[in-house]
Amino acid sequence: MSAASADASLGRPKGTRLPRDARTAYLYIAPALLVMAIITFYPLLFQVYISFTDFEFRNLLPNNPANFVGAENYLRIAQDRLNIPNFAFMRMLAFNLWWAASNVVIHVIIGVGVALLLNQPGLRFRRFWRALYILPVVIPPIIVATVWRNMFDTRDGVINQALIGLGGLARIPAEAFEIDWLRAPQDILPLMPLAFFALLIANTWLGWPLNAVVATGALQSIPKELYEAAEMDGAGAWQRFRNVTLVFLRPAMLPYAIYGFVITFNLFYLSFFMTAGGPFGKTELLVTQAFRLASQQRLYGVAAAFAVFMFFILLAITLLVNRAAKATASYDR
Amino acid sequence: MTADRTTAGRSRITGLRRKKRYQEYRNLTTRRQLLLQALCLFVALTVLFPIIWVVSLSLDPRGLASADGLNLFPPGANFDNYFEVIERPTSNPVTFWQLAFNSLLLAVGAMVFSVALGVSAAYAFSRLSFRGRNVLMLGILAVLMLPAVAAIAPLFLSLNAVRVGDFNLRQSLVGVGLAVTSGLLPFAIWNLKGYLDTIPKELEEAASVDGATRNQAFRHVILPLAIPALAVTGFLGFVTGWTEFYFSSTFLGEKPGDWTLAVALNSMVGQFATTTPWAKFSAFAVLFALPVSLVYLALQKYIVSGLAIGGVKG
Repeated sequence: MSAASADASLGRPKGTRLPRDARTAYLYIAPALLVMAIITFYPLLFQVYISFTDFEFRNLLPNNPANFVGAENYLRIAQDRLNIPNFAFMRMLAFNLWWAASNVVIHVIIGVGVALLLNQPGLRFRRFWRALYILPVVIPPIIVATVWRNMFDTRDGVINQALIGLGGLARIPAEAFEIDWLRAPQDILPLMPLAFFALLIANTWLGWPLNAVVATGALQSIPKELYEAAEMDGAGAWQRFRNVTLVFLRPAMLPYAIYGFVITFNLFYLSFFMTAGGPFGKTELLVTQAFRLASQQRLYGVAAAFAVFMFFILLAITLLVNRAAKATASYDR
Repeated sequence: MTADRTTAGRSRITGLRRKKRYQEYRNLTTRRQLLLQALCLFVALTVLFPIIWVVSLSLDPRGLASADGLNLFPPGANFDNYFEVIERPTSNPVTFWQLAFNSLLLAVGAMVFSVALGVSAAYAFSRLSFRGRNVLMLGILAVLMLPAVAAIAPLFLSLNAVRVGDFNLRQSLVGVGLAVTSGLLPFAIWNLKGYLDTIPKELEEAASVDGATRNQAFRHVILPLAIPALAVTGFLGFVTGWTEFYFSSTFLGEKPGDWTLAVALNSMVGQFATTTPWAKFSAFAVLFALPVSLVYLALQKYIVSGLAIGGVKG
């Protein structure tokens, strides 16, 4: 992925008459660079600047410049000294990491499971099932999130309605299923209120199909002879799975799992629309908090400092997982 | 399964073994086939369930304040909710078409800008060497690492500073479009560069031997070959604009005529919506999702393989 390796692979073709001089390159890149300089890179530098000021809503009025406050915004965030209910930075970060990790593990397991199912030799209607399973991917996430918000509604949601229907068969009164999925305040497990599980269910629905696509590709690249050789060597079904299937799945699934981790870590819509960060900020993610700080609290200086924190957290995650991936990629072909 | 034929010359024993396994593969026992089909059907039902639910809710003519049990086939299903929501999706006097038109402007703007500017920059990054190349690539990667919403505060303040008379760039669709492009353009460059890297250099060199200039090689060799990538990148840009929520909900003013579909959706089901008209919501959600979902489904083969490699900035 690094720029340097891309450069090296390019090389310098000899004897070509195409001009490779810098002037041509700058002509090609100038329009995009000019636009990015103004709307991408400048705002990000400006972000660092305002993160050291107390810029907030009142400073939007003319002749009301913000004051330079040094690292105060960063300290207020790190020490939870913002006047925002339920703001707890370290708990939010811990929840966010757990949210991404737990989701990705489930996505990979179900994705691989369904890929194995569809890869069963002799299975009928394989292409039909495969085409159907891709549906969650093509629906915009904002719609997915709002539809699941509706499904988990305490009174009108289909989840509770279905539970009432099922419970009725066992003569359980309907009142038992007035489950407040998205707002019940108690933690079921540490860091995990009921809302976490509602989000997890919605995101599992959304997340596994792409993993199944990647796993299917990897499974199809396994030569059949390997299974036969393993069988002749007396390997049982489990050993064949471990020593052949997993070995081939791993190099394909690992990069995708890392990608999935980052995507899930930054998944805005489910948390924002289903739980609105609740109950009591327990399902707030860094992205939704960043949005709220700028959009609702209108603390632009704090929001900027928060975004800088996010940048370093994401940088650390990217570097760490890349490193872990390299260290464990011993099976790489 | 063709392995059978190619190994025919090998030892008889292995050959027989293969043959036996081959038959096992072809003929799953009926029981096993049924079991696997039942599993597939179960997975399909979990996938379809939310989709069926929202469609049936949108067709329910009773406009119930609350659900009356699990009812996937509402009696007397019709399209009344759709007509109602097209006429007036929110409590404000704007039609669905006005909102959709604003979303469409945003989507087309984001798509055209990011692809048109992105492809020539991607070409420079893929084929040319120049001073500052590596620094710029790192800069683009760093931007891609940060989710789009993280730039919301500086974008708000920068765009808010541009005022001409009564016009405030921040409150306009143009301003929102610029904010969307801010994150989309680096993504488009990165995505397109990845694709251009896979086009063999020899093609341009052949063109140059025939006397083509750099620009001609780009226009007549590279661009036609890059059409699938341009289509996918453009479509992803379109979807980003069509469903954009962070900037349009924060930047656009109080005038509902400026709103986009995503802003209206938020006013229906968002944090500050007191009671949600679920029947109208579901019709709105179907109308909102259907156009992009259908195109996504058609382009799915190309997008999914790209997704597995690159990533979308959202």
